[in-house]
Amino acid sequence: MSSKPTSSSPIKSTGLHVGEIKPGVAKKDPILIADGVRRQFGGLVAVDVDHVEIPRNAITALIGPNGAGKTTFFNLLTGFDQPNEGKWSFNGKSLAKVSAFRVARRGLIRTFQLTKALGLLTVMDNMKLGSTEQSGEKLSASLFPFLWTKKETEIEAKATEILQRFKLDTKKDDFAASLSGGQRKLLEMARALMTDPELVMLDEPMAGVNPALTESLLEHILGLKAQGMTVLFVEHDMHMVRHIADWVIVMAEGRVVAEGAPDEVMKNPAVIDAYLGSHQDVDLGTVTGRITLPKISKEK
Amino acid sequence: MDILGIFLSSASFILAPTTIAYALATLGLALHFGYGGLLNMGMAGFMALGAYGYAIGVLTFGLPWYFAAFVGIAASIVFALILGIPTLRLRGDYLAIVTIAAAEIVRLMLLSSAFGGVTGSADGLSGFNGPGGTVTNPTVGAGGFNEGNPIPEGVYGFVPFLDNERTWYLRIVGILILAIAIFVVWRLVNSPWGRVIKGIREDEDAVRSLGKNVFAYKLQVLIIGGVLGALGGLMLAFATNVNSSVYVTSLTFFLWTALLLGGAATVFGPLAGSIIFWVLQAFLGLLFPALASVGLMPFTTIQAAQIKFIIVGFALVLLVVFRPQGLFGNKKELTFVK
Amino acid sequence: MRTNSTVQPRVSRFISALGAFVLAFGVLALGTPAHADVVNAELPFKISGNVQNKGVGIPAVSISMTGPAGFVATVLTDADGKYTVGVPEKLADYTVTVDEMTLPDGVAVIDNPATEFVEASVQTVTVGPGGRTTMNFFIGQGERKTTSIFDQVVQRLISGINFGLMLALASVGLSLIYGTTGISNFAHAELVTFGAVATYGLVALMGGDLLWLAIILALVLSAALGWGQDAALWAPLRRRGMGLVQLMIVSIGLSLGVRYLYQFFIGGSTEQLPGSDAERFALFGSVTLSAIDIASMSISVILIMLFALWLNRSKVGKATRAISDNPGLAASSGIDVDGVVRIVWIIGSVLAGFSGILWAYFRPGIRWDMGGQILLLIFAATTLGGLGTAYGALVGSLIVGILVESSSLVIPSDLKYVGALVVLIGILLFRPQGILGRKERVG
Repeated sequence: MSSKPTSSSPIKSTGLHVGEIKPGVAKKDPILIADGVRRQFGGLVAVDVDHVEIPRNAITALIGPNGAGKTTFFNLLTGFDQPNEGKWSFNGKSLAKVSAFRVARRGLIRTFQLTKALGLLTVMDNMKLGSTEQSGEKLSASLFPFLWTKKETEIEAKATEILQRFKLDTKKDDFAASLSGGQRKLLEMARALMTDPELVMLDEPMAGVNPALTESLLEHILGLKAQGMTVLFVEHDMHMVRHIADWVIVMAEGRVVAEGAPDEVMKNPAVIDAYLGSHQDVDLGTVTGRITLPKISKEK
Repeated sequence: MDILGIFLSSASFILAPTTIAYALATLGLALHFGYGGLLNMGMAGFMALGAYGYAIGVLTFGLPWYFAAFVGIAASIVFALILGIPTLRLRGDYLAIVTIAAAEIVRLMLLSSAFGGVTGSADGLSGFNGPGGTVTNPTVGAGGFNEGNPIPEGVYGFVPFLDNERTWYLRIVGILILAIAIFVVWRLVNSPWGRVIKGIREDEDAVRSLGKNVFAYKLQVLIIGGVLGALGGLMLAFATNVNSSVYVTSLTFFLWTALLLGGAATVFGPLAGSIIFWVLQAFLGLLFPALASVGLMPFTTIQAAQIKFIIVGFALVLLVVFRPQGLFGNKKELTFVK
Repeated sequence: MRTNSTVQPRVSRFISALGAFVLAFGVLALGTPAHADVVNAELPFKISGNVQNKGVGIPAVSISMTGPAGFVATVLTDADGKYTVGVPEKLADYTVTVDEMTLPDGVAVIDNPATEFVEASVQTVTVGPGGRTTMNFFIGQGERKTTSIFDQVVQRLISGINFGLMLALASVGLSLIYGTTGISNFAHAELVTFGAVATYGLVALMGGDLLWLAIILALVLSAALGWGQDAALWAPLRRRGMGLVQLMIVSIGLSLGVRYLYQFFIGGSTEQLPGSDAERFALFGSVTLSAIDIASMSISVILIMLFALWLNRSKVGKATRAISDNPGLAASSGIDVDGVVRIVWIIGSVLAGFSGILWAYFRPGIRWDMGGQILLLIFAATTLGGLGTAYGALVGSLIVGILVESSSLVIPSDLKYVGALVVLIGILLFRPQGILGRKERVG
């Protein structure tokens, strides 16, 4: 199921589902299952997901027009918001009423739509903050450096290694605030990796990223899968989704309206309807694409 | 006009007990705001609890001064818990209003005649530092702070630090407490723990998404900073009587001025800021009336003595606008990000 | 992106915290030995005394006092029957009244057994040049005159509405400024003081007969101050894109500086505006009102109605509400945000200035820090109604006003502001959008 990251044509995982493809279809090996998750703001139902399963060790894209409830759904799954009703589980264990930091400790790490690089911390400190189980983060131990200097050295080595991969190692002593928007996105993803996550949830990882950096970001996402992680990401750009996603889940008005492999899903009338209304003759990639990936045409 | 005398009197504030008290409380604010991003506008309340806790411990419960001091510290911890548990989830500016209101509640409670038998209401409390019994409660056997003074009676030092044994004792104890406090805070903020709280200052959701219990960290920050505030209050109480009219919101604002003078996200800034604050206060407070009395300023001496407070207020405005990192802070690491 | 903070069992935590708080002070209260009950201790002069029956002090007797310039105070005697009340002026007459309802059954105020002066429950005493005087009451078998609970409640309610309307004038301005600029303006207190201080200064220049003119000119000056403050300070800071926290600290610095500037000019004493000693006339029972009270309440209501008309009908008023709702959208739809904010500062300052004049009559007296004394109540009122909503501020002010004034029926009068502050904290914890505010969409 895994693939080597190559920019031209990533190998897609297939056969992820069980039975007929329809919204809420069961997966062979789901990592995350949500059931009847509903969130209302006043009279507005922002999220109303009957059933959805996220396949393990695959890249799943969550797409949908603005206001479809994608980010709210992310917030609900990661404990940053509480639903009015519903249950959801990660690796078979319920996440209902589990606070955000505990969700993260279980291996479900998210990034944010508006990048949350910690501006007045250095890039290295941002990275070190990601590392888990640091005894020096306990108040009692923090006063005694000999209890945590060894761990610091280990973390630093790991951080340096990841930063090299993300080509941020030359910036390690700079304040994160001095990075460009795209570099911040990279840093946020690199920082998430410091936690050794199982499931990485990326909220619009490409938004506001300089086209020159997009390709490297895409490779990093493919790299996560290669390392055995599961990726769930929100994206508007259908070119990109086609390029890297193994599975696509489409949300509209808070509901899951379609699921399937990327090429199939784009032909689904429900999806075209959700995005385009009446202009159904236009290619979705052209409408939503912010950037051109010339290799896509070759792949098809 | 005695210019030299004015200089020397002002210089005596460099390590006066009040300066040390301010430095301790300001260090607490630095931890709260500069490192942890908590907008605590109620530091006066923490100081009041430290001071009153100690005074009441000696006068009402008859405790020896070191146990009574712990009563003050414990009171500030309880206050931090009561305040922090419900409010640390609030937005920054809401927290500011809640803390300022809570500090006022503390002050009004201490001022109220309803608890006058314990707090002395408007008269405040006195006589708790003296050796042996106290004026208000002659049956109390335990001694106050001065009971522990090992320095023989007499006047020591050199101008401007020519003081009696009580002031020297207080100064030495104060400097020791301050040195330990500065070391502990320095150690804390340069540890992985400090990295987490600085991360929370920048963006608490990001830190939460990395699996850190943000709420617990904020509560720890609030408590430690609050204890530093209580230590500041203790220093004030060791020096003189306690009175609720000292622990007003203006006190908190003065501490903020000292904090922003020295630099909010620095360890030595609070000390530097407090020294500058007090030396300048003393200097201007002596200089302007002196100038007025010899006719060099067209005001009465009472008016001239007020000018220093006007300057404090406008200095705070100018600092925030033109030098938010403080006199000693790193421009890059200024703490106002949002 | 904003995310809702995790919803934890906040309520139970708050209750347990509150419990600990109450317990802590309960312990203090239990340990309270006899001590003369004191109110207004910060005032320079004193009237004290005791209430006794054959030499034995009677505790918890309510004694009320009225004096020059509308001075009113209520005190309860302590365990020894003693009381002390601070009063603002010497060489003046005060009326001291024992509320016979609070005496034990079957007794009333009787003649002083030693001097055989004819004494009654209502006495007039003169505070002489020494600044202190004593008024003792002797209790024995006898008939009593009473103030009914109903009268007390009505009196407090009227007082509360009066106070609330005054707060409303200050808080709608604060609320509008917060709504349009996001500033938690601590210096609003100084705008309140300014109205009173300017009136006082103008009366000193022009004489007390021209009070109405002095008030109008003071409001014109308030408007100029609001305009100037925005033009010289806030607008440039807005253009620099300064953060809300910095703006708040700037307002704190400004508040300190200006407050001491007032002290520099008018000194530390309390001064009176003309007419503050207006006669109180009985409404019914023991409920009294002064002409100032009536004028104060009517003008407040008229001003608030004019303000509401402005906010609802005028172009600028509508623009103001649009900016409060969504500044970005308002700016992009062609509203001159800077211009509207300037007008909001002017209107907010005028209302605050007028509120200061009323506060000078209500307190009574003008002091350099008089605005600071009610700043947190103004914040409480604004928050209670929902930060940034003008009508909410009005409702919040009335609730805070009535709460503060009527709470002294149940709790010691020197703790009357505590109730409002507890409400402020509670609202921020449980309903930060206020009682009338809309719940924001989060996420």
